Amino acid sequence: MTTSYIGESVKRLEDARLLTGQALFVDDVHLPKMLEVAFLRSSYAHARIRKIDVSEALKKTGVVAVYTAQNLGDYWQAGPLLVSPPPIKRLTFHKKTQVILAKDKVRYVGEPIAAVVAENRYIAEDALNDIIVDFEPLPAVVDLEKALLPDAALIHEDLPSNLAAHVIQEKGNYFAIKDQADLIIKRDFSYDHGAAVAMENRAIVADWDSKGQQMTVWDTTQAPIPIMNGLAGMLGLSENQVRVIAPFLGGAFGPKIMMFYSEEMLIPWISKQLGRPIKWIEDRQENFLATTHERGQTHHAEMALTKEGKILGIHDVFLHDTGAYDPYGLTVPINSQCTLLGPYDVKNYYSEFSVIFTNKMIVTPYRGAGRPQGVFVMERLLDLAAKELHLTPSEIRSRNFILPEQFPYKNEIIYQDFAPLVYDSGNYAPAMEKALELIDYKKFVEEEQPKLRAEGKNIGIGVVSYVEGTGIGPYEGAKVTVGASGKVSVATGVGTQGQSHFTTFAQIVADVLKVNIHDVTLVTGDTFKMNWGCGTFASRGMVVAGNACYAAAMAVREKILKLASEILESSIENLELGDSKVCVKGMPEKKITLGELAVKANPLRGAVKPGTIPGLEAAAYFGPSTGATSNGVHAAIVEVNPKTLRVDILKYIVVHDCGKVINPMVVEGQIHGGVAQGIGNAYYEQLVYDKKGQLLTASLMDYLLPTSYDVPRKIITGHIETPSPLNPLGVKGTGEAGTIPAASLFVQAVENALDNPKLEIREVPMSPNRLFELLKES
Amino acid sequence: MSNLFPITVTVNGVVYQKEVEPRLLLSDFLRHTLGLTGTHVGCEHGVCGVCTVLFDGRPVRSCIMFAVQANGHKITTVEGLSKDMEHLHPLQEAFSEKHALQCGFCTPGFLMTLIAFLHENPHPTEEQIREAISGNICRCTGYQNIIEAVKLAAIKMNASRENVANELSFP
Ligand code: FES
Ligand code: FES
Repeated sequence: MTTSYIGESVKRLEDARLLTGQALFVDDVHLPKMLEVAFLRSSYAHARIRKIDVSEALKKTGVVAVYTAQNLGDYWQAGPLLVSPPPIKRLTFHKKTQVILAKDKVRYVGEPIAAVVAENRYIAEDALNDIIVDFEPLPAVVDLEKALLPDAALIHEDLPSNLAAHVIQEKGNYFAIKDQADLIIKRDFSYDHGAAVAMENRAIVADWDSKGQQMTVWDTTQAPIPIMNGLAGMLGLSENQVRVIAPFLGGAFGPKIMMFYSEEMLIPWISKQLGRPIKWIEDRQENFLATTHERGQTHHAEMALTKEGKILGIHDVFLHDTGAYDPYGLTVPINSQCTLLGPYDVKNYYSEFSVIFTNKMIVTPYRGAGRPQGVFVMERLLDLAAKELHLTPSEIRSRNFILPEQFPYKNEIIYQDFAPLVYDSGNYAPAMEKALELIDYKKFVEEEQPKLRAEGKNIGIGVVSYVEGTGIGPYEGAKVTVGASGKVSVATGVGTQGQSHFTTFAQIVADVLKVNIHDVTLVTGDTFKMNWGCGTFASRGMVVAGNACYAAAMAVREKILKLASEILESSIENLELGDSKVCVKGMPEKKITLGELAVKANPLRGAVKPGTIPGLEAAAYFGPSTGATSNGVHAAIVEVNPKTLRVDILKYIVVHDCGKVINPMVVEGQIHGGVAQGIGNAYYEQLVYDKKGQLLTASLMDYLLPTSYDVPRKIITGHIETPSPLNPLGVKGTGEAGTIPAASLFVQAVENALDNPKLEIREVPMSPNRLFELLKES
Repeated sequence: MSNLFPITVTVNGVVYQKEVEPRLLLSDFLRHTLGLTGTHVGCEHGVCGVCTVLFDGRPVRSCIMFAVQANGHKITTVEGLSKDMEHLHPLQEAFSEKHALQCGFCTPGFLMTLIAFLHENPHPTEEQIREAISGNICRCTGYQNIIEAVKLAAIKMNASRENVANELSFP
């Protein structure tokens, strides 16, 4: 008997390995003769390097080599531009990518200056203290609003200013419509930096085998295949000589797809120089200083509305902080620009942004990837308008939802995937209704809230909605193979960092081939097993790689049936596939197992027909024409302690439409984790830089991650399924849905709880301290 | 440079005799000297709880202890929780059934914290569970499913209490 797995909460196939300590993470790789690296990093945010003296460090017993920009020779280089700017008219973009080791100048605290290679990490770190760097400190550019002033120090001195890019996108004509408005809401908003803080720090082990002329790299990357291709180019090797393995990763959330980190360019090269395996493991402080992070925008926004609360248009001008370099192009600010529009029918939109270089770590996507900022601006504008117009948060949103008959809905502006932003499908009103029902909105505001307020409790409710552009191209691949044992192996190029790919991809393949899911094993993130693909990002694993698995499995299924029909001398229509075998319908004794077929498909003697491709194997690729748009509504009830301003989230509802759900348990897990990160982003986590560009929150004691006490007491999820027409499985992504609207919801609910008409929260992260200040001001 | 001290440490029931530098962290000793890489390291400053192991039955953070401090003591790591992948400890089973792990990096630390907790408190309330795990950070799950898993584990472990007592050594 074969059951169907798609749509079921199948228990994860990867769990046993992880639960018993048997899963391989990069730091678990230990090779004979391996050396370890520690980096000397800049203690200044902005300074010229006059001289670096490594002579004492080299004298230390156990130190094998010390590298600086000087002795890298020709290998010294700037990293590649990962995402070039989209084709938008009148766009300015200045490319400045990070270098392997700082040469004349450092541009952020934590920028690598020298690498010490030693017998172990302890010795390497000791030797860092022996390196003398003569710095000439320069004024640091920290404040976004001041970075473009004429007297600001120049971070890249060959540019006329600290402007990295400038983009204007328009839909309709905001200026023409503005005069017809009954109400204009105009405010400033800001969204400060936060970090991904995966529990596993970054790590790289490189092993150059000079006998085999082969480079093997274990890397905590979300994109092993692009790393392989890039390294081959940099090291002058063919792609076949470079194997990149991204084994189990301890979370990633975006920053691990930044390419190339300085360390990623350097460690393999050192291995080749010294002919020994080299390991570098990032420590937590380095992770704060030298792993990319995100957010960091200030918006000057304006919304024009009718008195019924219908949006006529939006005008938004914002600054985006890219940090010291901009290797990830414009992905983050474009996402903010596009996602701001949300699930609403906005006919007129003017959006202009400037990307600014500052003396901070580089900004690249982190879960949400620019979307939370856009959603924050939109949702706050709607909240303010609702107050003016005496509408409830859900009323004003529902009045502006795009209607089902308007899909595919064209937003006209260009999205991060270089294509005009089109929402493929959606049905927004039911998600709102369901959320209100799950949180029991009416009863809460009419009965419970007045009662609790009378008891002196600060208790409030909030409702927000959002869209999430997911599953963008270009493509991913999968290779499905049935072996002689009848077991099925699936190889994909996307790396895995906790998303349950081992299970969800296996569900798809097991359903197509009608085998037991336990007979399906998945290989991800090993470029020797699959060498075409892009990586895990933008909530696209299931959409793009999932559909590639489906296509490859379908191709293998076809091969199976064709071969079986020849052997069993029966037409394909007359065959039945199931339980790892094929039999003739109604004649269970006339059968052949998949294992037997696999052997027949790979004959060792005799002749095969011309054009035969051996084996029960097929590779297939999937590339969607454009992204699939998920959407949802979050609602929450919170209680604020009047003395400490601690916020307890008593109830949290997520109604989400990610198309067809492959594994509800996994989707819910993604949402729980996403919400927790969004809550952290809203009230606990903040990367605080002082005026000199020193990061004041570079440890887990200063940068507060949400604990079991800070997350919602219970998240209740409701699913709506509007299948995407853009892919055969009908799926959409879900990885970022929990995070995107959480901060917007949090502040709305807190405002409602505090019931102070003058309180207006227009910035995140909030914190009890900052909220206290705002309350005092109001 | 080397100034080595002989130590004898029992890890998961196996006696190891090694010579170590006094500054070698217990976490590095377990992971790199003994090759028991199931214990992970997330912060090396005692906050995240990822590196938690049992030290004579009590949970400790192995990243802020030295290997020499373990001389003459008994350590249990995640590798000591079950015989193999086919025979999971009820707590491990509960984690899988309730989807209490995603990337799984934090999981060994949670398991070791919770083994000791459930031993002390076999019938915990939700609030007590929340407190018990408040020193362990998980960035993936949002904790909800971990709390559910602990409730389920308590039920399972109460049903098979004897096995647990036999498998692990407590003070
Ligand atoms: S690694 Fe020991 S507490 Fe974080
Ligand atoms: S499962 Fe990833 S940190 Fe907990």
